[in-house]
Amino acid sequence: MTKGERKKILIGLAFISPWLLGFFIFYIYPFVASIYYSLTVYHIISPPEFIGLRNYVDLITRDPLFIISIKNTLYYAGISLPLGIVTGVIIALLLNTRIKGMAFYRTIFFLPVIVPFAAHAILWKWILNPTFGIVNYFFSLLGVNNPPGWFQVAGWSKPGLIVMAIWASGQAIIIYLAGLQDIPKTLYEVADIDGANWFQKIKNITLPMISNVILFNLVMGLIHAFQFFTQPFIISKGTGRPMDSMLMYNLYLYKQAFKFFNMGYACAMAWLLFVAIILITLFVFKTSKSWVFYGGE
Amino acid sequence: MPLKQTKKKVINRASATVVLLILAAAFGFPFFWMILTSFKPTEEVFVYPPKILPEIWHLINYVEAATMIPYFRYLWNTVYIAIVWTSGILFCSTFTAYGFSRIRWKGRNTFFIVMLATMMVPFQVILIPLFVMYSKIHWVGTFKPLTWPGFLGFSGAFYIFLMRQFFMTLPKDLEDAAKIDGCNELQVFYRIMLPLVKPGLAAVVLFCFVAVWNDFLEPLVYINSQDKYTLALGIYDFAAARFSSWPRLMASAIQMSLPVVIVFFFVQRTFIQGITLTGIKG
Repeated sequence: MTKGERKKILIGLAFISPWLLGFFIFYIYPFVASIYYSLTVYHIISPPEFIGLRNYVDLITRDPLFIISIKNTLYYAGISLPLGIVTGVIIALLLNTRIKGMAFYRTIFFLPVIVPFAAHAILWKWILNPTFGIVNYFFSLLGVNNPPGWFQVAGWSKPGLIVMAIWASGQAIIIYLAGLQDIPKTLYEVADIDGANWFQKIKNITLPMISNVILFNLVMGLIHAFQFFTQPFIISKGTGRPMDSMLMYNLYLYKQAFKFFNMGYACAMAWLLFVAIILITLFVFKTSKSWVFYGGE
Repeated sequence: MPLKQTKKKVINRASATVVLLILAAAFGFPFFWMILTSFKPTEEVFVYPPKILPEIWHLINYVEAATMIPYFRYLWNTVYIAIVWTSGILFCSTFTAYGFSRIRWKGRNTFFIVMLATMMVPFQVILIPLFVMYSKIHWVGTFKPLTWPGFLGFSGAFYIFLMRQFFMTLPKDLEDAAKIDGCNELQVFYRIMLPLVKPGLAAVVLFCFVAVWNDFLEPLVYINSQDKYTLALGIYDFAAARFSSWPRLMASAIQMSLPVVIVFFFVQRTFIQGITLTGIKG
């Protein structure tokens, strides 16, 4: 290594040193500590007591709420993510046509992203109120006799959360739109000459050309959905009710940690979550090779 | 043939407009309903069928939403956290992003990938050890866990990445010219480069404010007295209170959202640019 190279490394490290210091304090130390706590019984008031893998074994073999919280989270992610991709791409396609007043439409679809999570939760709790909410009033106008009970019945609370998620998906829409605008016009012109119809163009040009953007939004969406917390917490007042239907994984983790002070148990939950996120993301990347098109670069 | 095609185009555009209008109405309606509800007297929201417009516009809900709970206290707490936290993130993200983009050094990519990887770590993994750490140094119950860590880039990976994307767009000749003129690396950074990434700085500020306004879990864990509540904790508390009502809550939700919405309208462009920069040109 030359003297110049060594100097460059020192300059580089100097510039990133604020983050690097923070990385050790806020990531490396907590990482190690969290692995250790997950192998202990720890209630903060007394020092952690080592118990090996018992927290993990207990979680998997004898905690029905743990299983319920996984199912709830998978239900929420499994529906809201694909649905979000479909609605997001459709809206972005519509926004990409040359219709008048585009700035206005874009703002309408983006504005929900700005609404703070707490306000988002309270607003929708009112809109989806089963008796006085405006959505169920619309349903009654359409002649629906038995409108959804939304956040008051176990079977409808997660669909309610999914509706909320779709409403607030403007960030993904903006990214899809940018992806659409990057597609070279010539591709469509060539397709027109070949006599391709609208559907063929979408299927053979548009979707392959934005598939990398879809992958990006899918991975980001996954990471967020697995950590979903604020809205179900506020709507269910921290309980996850009715019937634990809104007991998302992180809501249960929070309860274990800060209601019952089972810190070791909660750390074990956090690590299982981390491993699950890594595995699922890897899986998505692996399978993405068959549907993401990188020819554009 | 051309005539037929233009006709087809017109029909296509018309149908796209109709679909877009319906969707926009559906997305915009919750705002509309939130605003209308916030002006109704409490009894009026419990009538059937619901009235669209309030009988008398009931401005008092806004006053009550600001006085029945210490709204301005919450607002100030949130603003204080946002200012200190954002300053920290601005400091850390500009320096770090510069080191990750404008300086070529061995090991840069490794560190950069590690930094990106921290974005994947669920907050819950580090939350509990941090809570234990903060309680040992008596930071729990204060704003400190919510503010100071920003200076060391805590949960700042996204902002560093965003700033890096902005730095990457600048041409190399700039710094070469400045170096010939005798600037050292630090001077190039704050005299030449920093002024050129102002849109990036604006995007970071806005994203940070939105993040602070959204944050619920951290204040929930670290704050334990009402006089230190943020807006998010405040409205949650208000929703559970006996004296709350839907119109007052809607007024409160509007009062809570308004600061970020106003900021958004001022820097809308930058904000959108920031989102697309992180999403596309990864």
